[in-house]
Amino acid sequence: MSISTSAGDTTVVDLADIGRTFETTPPVHALIDVNLRVERGEWIAVVGPSGSGKSTLLNVLGLLDLASNGTYRLDGIDVSELSNAELTAVRGERIGFVFQSFHLLSHRTVLENVMLAEIYGTTTRRFPRSGRRDRAAAALERVGLGHRLEFLPSRLSGGERQRVAIARAIVTKPTLLLADEPTGNLDTVTTESILELFEDLRADDLTIVMITHDAEVAERAGRSVHIRDGRLT
Amino acid sequence: MSRPRVSWRDLADESVAGLFARPARALLTVLGTVLGIAALVGTLGISRTQSNQIVGRFDALAATEVTAKTRDTGVAGQASRVPWNAEARVRRLNGVLAAGTISPVNVSGALTKTVPVNDPSNVTEFDLPVRAVSPGLFRAVRTRLRSGRVFDAGHSDRADRVAVLGPGAADRLGISRVDNLPGIFVGDRVYQVMGIIDDVARRPELLDAVIIPEGTARALYRLKGPERLQVDTRIGAAALVATQIGPVLDPNDPARIEVAAPPEPKATKEAVTTDLNRLFLVLGGISLLIGAIGIANVTLVSVIERTGEIGLRRSLGAARRHIAVQFLTEAALTGLAGGILGSTVGTLATVVYGASIDTTPVLDARIPLLAPLLGLVTGVLAGLYPAVKAAAKQPVEALRSGT
Repeated sequence: MSISTSAGDTTVVDLADIGRTFETTPPVHALIDVNLRVERGEWIAVVGPSGSGKSTLLNVLGLLDLASNGTYRLDGIDVSELSNAELTAVRGERIGFVFQSFHLLSHRTVLENVMLAEIYGTTTRRFPRSGRRDRAAAALERVGLGHRLEFLPSRLSGGERQRVAIARAIVTKPTLLLADEPTGNLDTVTTESILELFEDLRADDLTIVMITHDAEVAERAGRSVHIRDGRLT
Repeated sequence: MSRPRVSWRDLADESVAGLFARPARALLTVLGTVLGIAALVGTLGISRTQSNQIVGRFDALAATEVTAKTRDTGVAGQASRVPWNAEARVRRLNGVLAAGTISPVNVSGALTKTVPVNDPSNVTEFDLPVRAVSPGLFRAVRTRLRSGRVFDAGHSDRADRVAVLGPGAADRLGISRVDNLPGIFVGDRVYQVMGIIDDVARRPELLDAVIIPEGTARALYRLKGPERLQVDTRIGAAALVATQIGPVLDPNDPARIEVAAPPEPKATKEAVTTDLNRLFLVLGGISLLIGAIGIANVTLVSVIERTGEIGLRRSLGAARRHIAVQFLTEAALTGLAGGILGSTVGTLATVVYGASIDTTPVLDARIPLLAPLLGLVTGVLAGLYPAVKAAAKQPVEALRSGT
């Protein structure tokens, strides 16, 4: 475990001495002195049993939660100094999320679910309404679902639903893809196809941090880090 | 640093899509507001239509009535009278539809009966008022006959002993038909009944009276002259006719004639507000309140159900206020839809009511325009609390809830 002293232009994630303490009685130290650097185009798996702090780590990485101490640079930006609104903007611009439970809107078609990602822009990056449908269709094409555009999520298999979620995460071209147990609800065959898709995306220079408790899934990533009791090992 | 931005059109689209995700629920939620707004608009419209109809009918009758009599000369026992030919003189005036004179007749306490018998066990004699009228008076008071006919100038000129009965007088005397030429006695003088009145629009004292020709009263009861002139004018002509009656009746001393013309039309017609209308307004308000609570409740349930969606949107870069505005807009649109539908229903109710009583429906034009706005305000107020609750959700917690 090395303390990173400098980060190059290609560093996407740079965690230095990150700690996260929940002020309960007694206090829970969910993350302790976490140091992690992820370079552009890397695919990292964070492996650990439940309760090890891997979800907290993902929340901190995704700017859904703030570290209690330490420094987190995302694309060179020190996020600890940002306001709530700025954090939201950075999250919208640079991070794509994939969840274990997909989080698709059941009343919208596959295409509309992907288009949803584009409506939340920022002052510096907005997606015009024109062409939104085409861009979403292209993202779905990219994950191999070009033939399912007008389907409702309820008519899709689990693997297809996760592909929709991935398409939604990548349509805004983030630098970092955070995947929280992306294969947790899938069988082995489907899991394999999702992991192949991740490999494709990584090859296109997307940075992926994937949380899993499955050692076999973790093996497919370029690098694995283990977390136990809030510490990376 | 950049900040989150969402276009209004996208936010509006999301809110509409949120509503249409559960159309049946949205429709039921709207219903409370529809009832409230419809009750408010309908009550205002129906009461206004009703009061306008009453005022309108009253005006038409009053605005076409002119009466005239002579002023007291001040000389005792020397009551001055309207000329005998007042009817003929006034009828020539432009704008006069009908004119006639009317006078009470002093019969010195003579009672009226149908047969000259004394039956101590039964009341057969009545103290009925007797009126002497010129033939034109029947039209001037807009008489509707039940049976028979009224007398004409010939009867009056010949001083014929004929009479027309008011419905009250006819009922008391037990006369229901005139084809068998019934006779009545006023004192010891017999009169043949020519007709029975059904109703009059003016001078309701005729309804209980025995009405005889002026010429007859002049000959039998020494009537010195008609007491009062009664004129029915065209609508809008009353004021002009009133100024001309004095000179026509007494060219030498027009001021001797006292003319009563209809009052100036009131500038504002006060709406009739009955207790019933007030009750409906209160019910409308309560219904609207229940509608608001319904919207608040359903929006709150929707916020809880869609916790996962809120977390997802936050992860996609939505700020707290975008979440708040989305749910607030959903509630506001529900209220607005309720307002528009309610306003439509209320307006239709007013029109249907107007048609049912055969009159023009009257509704203040601002009411159907303001009603949707009231619905919108109701929706916004109802949506405030759920919107704040939605915005307060932590994305981490929200995402954990699943979809």
